[in-house]
Amino acid sequence: MSLTETTPPEGPRPRVHLSTFDTTAVRDDRIDVAPVARETVFDATNVAVDYGFVRAIEAVTMSIYRNEATALIGPSGCGKSTFLRCLNRMNDSIPSFKFSGRLLYHGHDMYDRRANRVEVRRRIGMVFQKPNPFPKSIYDNVAWAPRNLGLRDNLADRVERALREAVLWDEVKDRLRTSALGLSGGQQQRLCIARAIAVEPDVILLDEPASALDPISTASIEDLIHRLKQHYTIVIVTHNMQQAARVADRTAFFSLDEHQVGTLIEYDMTEKLFSAPADSRTLDYVSGRFG
Amino acid sequence: MSSLASSATDAVHLQRTRIVRLNRFDARADRLLRIVLLAAGVLICLLLVAITYQLIHGASLAISRYGIGFIGRTQWIPNLKEFGAWPELYGTLITSVFSLIFATGLGIAIGLFLSMLAPRSVAAVVGPLVEMLAAIPSIVIGLIGVYLIAPFVRSTLEAPLHSAFGFLPFFGPAEPVGNSLFTGILVLTIMVLPIIAALTRDVFLTVPQELRDGAEALGATRWEVIRGVVLPTTVSGVTASCMLGFGRACGEAIALAFVVGGAPNAPSDLFKAGNTLAAMIVNQFSEPVNALHLSSMFYLALVLLALELMVNLIARVVTRGARRAW
Amino acid sequence: MSAIADPAHALTPSGNLVRRQFVSRLVLAGAVGAAALAVAVLGILVFYTGLKGAGQLSLTFFTGQLPSYNGVGGGLGPALVGTIELSLFATVIALPIGVMTALFVSEFARPRVAAVLETALDLMAGMPSIIIGVFVVLLIVDNFQQSVIAAAVALSMVEVPLIARATLVSLSRVPKPLREAADALGVARWRITLGVVLPTSANSILTATVLAVARAAGETAPILFTCSVFTQAYAVNPLHSVPSMPVEILTLAESEYPAAISKAWGAAFLLMFTILIVNICARLWLNRSRRKRGL
Repeated sequence: MSLTETTPPEGPRPRVHLSTFDTTAVRDDRIDVAPVARETVFDATNVAVDYGFVRAIEAVTMSIYRNEATALIGPSGCGKSTFLRCLNRMNDSIPSFKFSGRLLYHGHDMYDRRANRVEVRRRIGMVFQKPNPFPKSIYDNVAWAPRNLGLRDNLADRVERALREAVLWDEVKDRLRTSALGLSGGQQQRLCIARAIAVEPDVILLDEPASALDPISTASIEDLIHRLKQHYTIVIVTHNMQQAARVADRTAFFSLDEHQVGTLIEYDMTEKLFSAPADSRTLDYVSGRFG
Repeated sequence: MSSLASSATDAVHLQRTRIVRLNRFDARADRLLRIVLLAAGVLICLLLVAITYQLIHGASLAISRYGIGFIGRTQWIPNLKEFGAWPELYGTLITSVFSLIFATGLGIAIGLFLSMLAPRSVAAVVGPLVEMLAAIPSIVIGLIGVYLIAPFVRSTLEAPLHSAFGFLPFFGPAEPVGNSLFTGILVLTIMVLPIIAALTRDVFLTVPQELRDGAEALGATRWEVIRGVVLPTTVSGVTASCMLGFGRACGEAIALAFVVGGAPNAPSDLFKAGNTLAAMIVNQFSEPVNALHLSSMFYLALVLLALELMVNLIARVVTRGARRAW
Repeated sequence: MSAIADPAHALTPSGNLVRRQFVSRLVLAGAVGAAALAVAVLGILVFYTGLKGAGQLSLTFFTGQLPSYNGVGGGLGPALVGTIELSLFATVIALPIGVMTALFVSEFARPRVAAVLETALDLMAGMPSIIIGVFVVLLIVDNFQQSVIAAAVALSMVEVPLIARATLVSLSRVPKPLREAADALGVARWRITLGVVLPTSANSILTATVLAVARAAGETAPILFTCSVFTQAYAVNPLHSVPSMPVEILTLAESEYPAAISKAWGAAFLLMFTILIVNICARLWLNRSRRKRGL
């Protein structure tokens, strides 16, 4: 069963080419680049979020680097998901949402007037906590967004590639036209990941992607993330410290500050954060003393 | 000592008896409540049966005279004892269908606006305003129909519509009087539009936020989210809403009695006067010329009842089917 | 560390996004247009009625006896009183039946029975008021006479589905744990229903009743054959016919005398205005109480 299989698919690792309509260059395979000199994807400076009069997060300053998996950990209600949703402007639909500070994406101000929200979401995809496949066929789920974008050439190939990258192809290749709602929880979540991949984003955000799944599905999702970070930049929110330790290159620890508002406490390479954290609050959390 | 002990056991015994008595009281009260509530429910069902029975009974003379062919007969001459339902049935159907054509597109657009597209503060104002439109009494709309809409149709709408769409049998040359099937259609549209808007708004609001989020997170525009996710998942709900609007249009009596022209004809030219089942009853029920006249009007009511029951049952089946598939 | 803006990753629309967003904005414009049209139509209707009828309002209009055949003099007093009386009687009948039916469906009925009853309520809700009027004629008027009772029964048949449906919705919003907790404490079923579940819906039931009354007050068809024979004087005897606003409007409007027609407009304006105000207040009240309870 491909759930526990970890060998990569046959043939050379597929390269992700952005379609020719896009002016960006063909992405070269940075698969073998050493993890040192990384390009900055997100640059957050003093980011704060208010919902009406309630401040949700403040003083978040961190950088997220290309082709890395960055985990956001911390106890509930400390703003991890809020910050994550800032990264693709999904908070915009909440009426009382107010953003302050600066958030740069490859040097561009994300909350600038000229930044187009729909364009942001096309480049920065998101997978949600609870799998939310559309009530359509598996094929149509993956093909829907590319069709919108006008990427109709070789649509079937694109769908197959996305499903392969999400390690779902072998399980569904014979039933692409059946309803996506008939899949198991873990399969649905991988379908959502395939859906996000199909538009060839730059970044994939994952909001507790495995918390609604059983342990075996969780393991397959984690495997997936390892592969995905070779082609995409991953930011993942997780409650599960062990998951962060397994999956992430860097980890950011969020907690409540002295005003009872969520903030970034510490951000470092995962190994260092878990073995020798600089802040005592981080130490308390990772050693299980609270949270 | 023993008196104390005996009074203690007495107290316990009294306590237990009270509990037992309370429990029996509660049990009886439970049963009484259940029966009373059941009676209310049974009453509703009985009413439906009673209405059907009484209408059939009242129409029995006409039924025995004409049978089911009554629906196809076209003459309505009380003094000659000639009756038929076709012109009225035609009028009901054609006015309802056309008003639905106009009201569906507009109503769904307004439903989308109120649920998906408008900022919350705007929807909070516009929503009640649209519902107000449905709250206007039908007699007031009838008055407005006669004094405002009918003259408007006659003077401003009929000529241009005829020149633009005259190739269709529906839009004949302009008539001297504004009371017509077309005016009836406009009046019905005003009455049905807010119903469809409010119902579809409620249907669209049931689409889970997580589905819309998922679609938005894929870089889709608002229209694409609506077209790709919201509309496909609400087809049954929207259909049911339209059916309910259709039912409302078929049953409208007073407003149409004012404007539809009261002529026992079934013209294909909408600018001509016609009649509907309900409007005919309003006009002639209180003064029946003879027993067959009265019975024929019951027959008209029976036809309308059958139509309504069918439409409402289909709407209900459609909603139920959707709930199961979802 | 601040990065120089990478033109390859600009957040301005790329590819076909400009066209797609144009289409989306077009659709939005269409939806806005439709909503604006509906609001405009409402405005025209209200304005026109006000234009024709507001000038009629005066003290005599509210209190005077019904005008004679030529419509000169007099007012709508008896019709106002009659409509209030009819609404009162109709609600006294409809409120208990509607609430009880909803309680039965929500709290006591088995699923299949509940489905049957809900279908019955839907069918009653969709019943044209003219058929209700004709039915009550057969039921009461033919065996007795035109009266407030008859019309009240007809109007209550209009109100019951509205009240029952709103009550059902409200009852379904009562959280299940509330019932279960009371049950676990050993409280009797009837006490739970009447003492816990029902009071939490009281607000919604009240609002729904007010809305149902407003709807019934504007209905003409149920009254037309059941309570429409009356004189010009005040009349309140429930066993006889009384004047009512909708029927009086109809009578005045059918007259050929301009004074009568003007009065018809005045009455129409009064009726419409009152019903709209009641509707707005009831809905605002409902929204406010819903927001307060965090629903």
